[in-house]
Amino acid sequence: MATKRRRSAVLALLMTGVLVAAGCSGGGEEAAPQGELYKDPVTLTWWHNASQDGPGKTYWEKVAKDFSALHPTVKIEIEAIETNQLQRTRIPAALLSSDPPDIFMTWGGGEMTEQVEADYLKEVTDQVKAEVANIGSAAEIWQVKGKQYGLPFRMGIEGIWYNKDMFAQAGISAPPTTFEELNAAVTKLKAINVVPIAVGAGDKWPAAHWWYNMALRACSVDTLKKAAAEKTFDDPCFVKAGQDLKAFIDTKPFQPNFIATPGQNDPTSANGMLANGKAAMELMGDWNRGTLDTVATDKTKLASFLGWFPVPAISGSPGDPKAALGGGDGFSCSKNAPAECVEFLKYIVSPEVQKGYAETGTGLPVAKGAEGAVKDPALTSILQATSGSSYVQLWLDTAYGSTVGTAMNDAVVAIFAGNGTPEKVVSAMKAAASK
Amino acid sequence: MTSANQIRMPAGGASASPAGPRQAGRASARRADNRRKWYEIIGLTTPAILIYVMFVLVPMGFAVYYSLFRWRGVGPPTEFVGLRNYTLAFQDPIFLDALRNNAIIVFGSLLIQGPIALGVALLLNRRFRGRAVFRLLVFVPYVLAEVTVGIMWKLLLTGDGTVDALLRSLGMGGLVQAWLADLDVVIWTLLAVLTWKYVGFAIILLLAGLSNVPDELTEAASIDGASWWQIQRHVTIPLLGPTIRIWMFLSMIGSLQIFDMIWVTSVPAVRSLGASATMATYMVDNGFFARLWGYGNAVAVILFVISFVAALLFQRFLLRRDIEGAITGRAK
Repeated sequence: MATKRRRSAVLALLMTGVLVAAGCSGGGEEAAPQGELYKDPVTLTWWHNASQDGPGKTYWEKVAKDFSALHPTVKIEIEAIETNQLQRTRIPAALLSSDPPDIFMTWGGGEMTEQVEADYLKEVTDQVKAEVANIGSAAEIWQVKGKQYGLPFRMGIEGIWYNKDMFAQAGISAPPTTFEELNAAVTKLKAINVVPIAVGAGDKWPAAHWWYNMALRACSVDTLKKAAAEKTFDDPCFVKAGQDLKAFIDTKPFQPNFIATPGQNDPTSANGMLANGKAAMELMGDWNRGTLDTVATDKTKLASFLGWFPVPAISGSPGDPKAALGGGDGFSCSKNAPAECVEFLKYIVSPEVQKGYAETGTGLPVAKGAEGAVKDPALTSILQATSGSSYVQLWLDTAYGSTVGTAMNDAVVAIFAGNGTPEKVVSAMKAAASK
Repeated sequence: MTSANQIRMPAGGASASPAGPRQAGRASARRADNRRKWYEIIGLTTPAILIYVMFVLVPMGFAVYYSLFRWRGVGPPTEFVGLRNYTLAFQDPIFLDALRNNAIIVFGSLLIQGPIALGVALLLNRRFRGRAVFRLLVFVPYVLAEVTVGIMWKLLLTGDGTVDALLRSLGMGGLVQAWLADLDVVIWTLLAVLTWKYVGFAIILLLAGLSNVPDELTEAASIDGASWWQIQRHVTIPLLGPTIRIWMFLSMIGSLQIFDMIWVTSVPAVRSLGASATMATYMVDNGFFARLWGYGNAVAVILFVISFVAALLFQRFLLRRDIEGAITGRAK
């Protein structure tokens, strides 16, 4: 009898093991009700990157709650995940599984093209025509081969954030419009013992953005469009960009040991240096208004001295001086998400919701009719410059996809560190494209 | 006895009878005994084996499989490239830098932590007031989470940070370096931080080893007129051999796989330039951030093979005596 009991115990153990193993492969497809909208109850899972407590996170919670109140059949489950983790591990892994989130962040460019090619995203071209018309050209970044696969809720161009008080003290009368004027400003700022420009080269991309801007000035718009579409970087303008950057670095406009300075999020970062009066300028995107606030010890003082101007032109270069670099954040629905997902996407970019987003001060809205909610003077000047730019080039690392983008950023950082060359940036990009 | 025998009797077993059949009964009992042993072995090891297979062997198999593809983690891997990812890795100067850095950490840890730990352990093994407090203090850095230690040192070592200020106030301003920014200095800075954190572990291990050294031996040596130093040199340290070798083994494997501290303390730019990259950080930077999943898997396999071979060689040549119990045998 005892033997029998033992035997059945062993059996039970084995069965548990089998069940555990089976449970792992189970998962189960969620039924995708394609019938009438708001008829059956659905739960939307929503992944975004406003993971730090603050107005951004709270606002998305409110948006989800409001939408559920409007449409009681829809329940929205939010997961807020830090950007790098979200973009590099969570979303790719979830898309590979059979159970991705219904609505999640996308940034356009090379990565999105790959996601579309793998058939991960829901095409929404016909459903969002009105929204796309209201957003304008920014929506094009969330298109692949003319079809819409998502919508932006934040978009802006980058420029130079500066300390007006320091500029006045150094005797700089107007923000520089050419690199010659920028060089002159750097000299004047050094004369009053101020770090002219802070750069968070430690995080690589803040340094790489200087190269992007040199490329934007050195290359024609057609060359840039072709490079993004075909991943060919043979045009000599890409080497020229590195040469211009090297010449600029040689004027020593940056803080010492910039290679280890982080970009944002702590007082020792480039961000913190500008926010706390330890540097006069920083090249950064529109989100900087919010991140500067989080690292500033005196927010009122920051608001009083903070200004913004577009990246200066390089005289005599073929690039369009009115072209700007920019990028944004958007959302896409996964392939098998319920139809309500698209409705929620439309709701997020509706002027009312966009107005509320603008009021949080965490970024610039994209929908027409929400501009009025932007109150900050620096953000207002970005909004004006964005609508005044002839062409907005998506951040090059996003446009070229993470593989080429990472190789490019690494090679640019090597120029900053003094052991790279303009030619090596191009060869690294070509090598990565084939990796 | 009887009741035990009854339990061991197979379900359909013949009833016990005297003389002849008794032997047969014993044999069948032995067989049943054997079978029971096997049930127990299977029952007790199945969960462990299942978990081991599911979370160790299967992922390892997948890593090898994926490493043979050019794959960016979008859609299933389709572009088979054979060993191309492996050749690419060994052609990348940054990966070779990572290998060099791992070597620096492996040998640096052994050569620096070993003597310090031995000295401190011998010292803390003597009786003095406050010994317990000292033992505790020495062990504190090891107990702290690696990420916490990393952030702490990052803040201390930042430009014009606490360490620089301390050096200047001690009149040693000339020693101030760009600890985390100078590409030639950063790996040594990291080695120093790692030493600070892990020397406590070596000390505790050695202290445990020391408590196993029989007092009779040291007493006998001192009766024979050996000095304290001679006792340590000729009695204690040789008997610590097995502990020292185990520590070397653990330190070596840990150094080869080191990730957290490097990731937290040194910034991405310095890592990507090769100055502070290790194999593990290189794997994450390339696998996830450059989204070269196939390539990242190849690096993971290389890291595994290097650690595995190192572990096997170490066991074969240095740990064998301990595993065979040669030391304890001789001590008897």
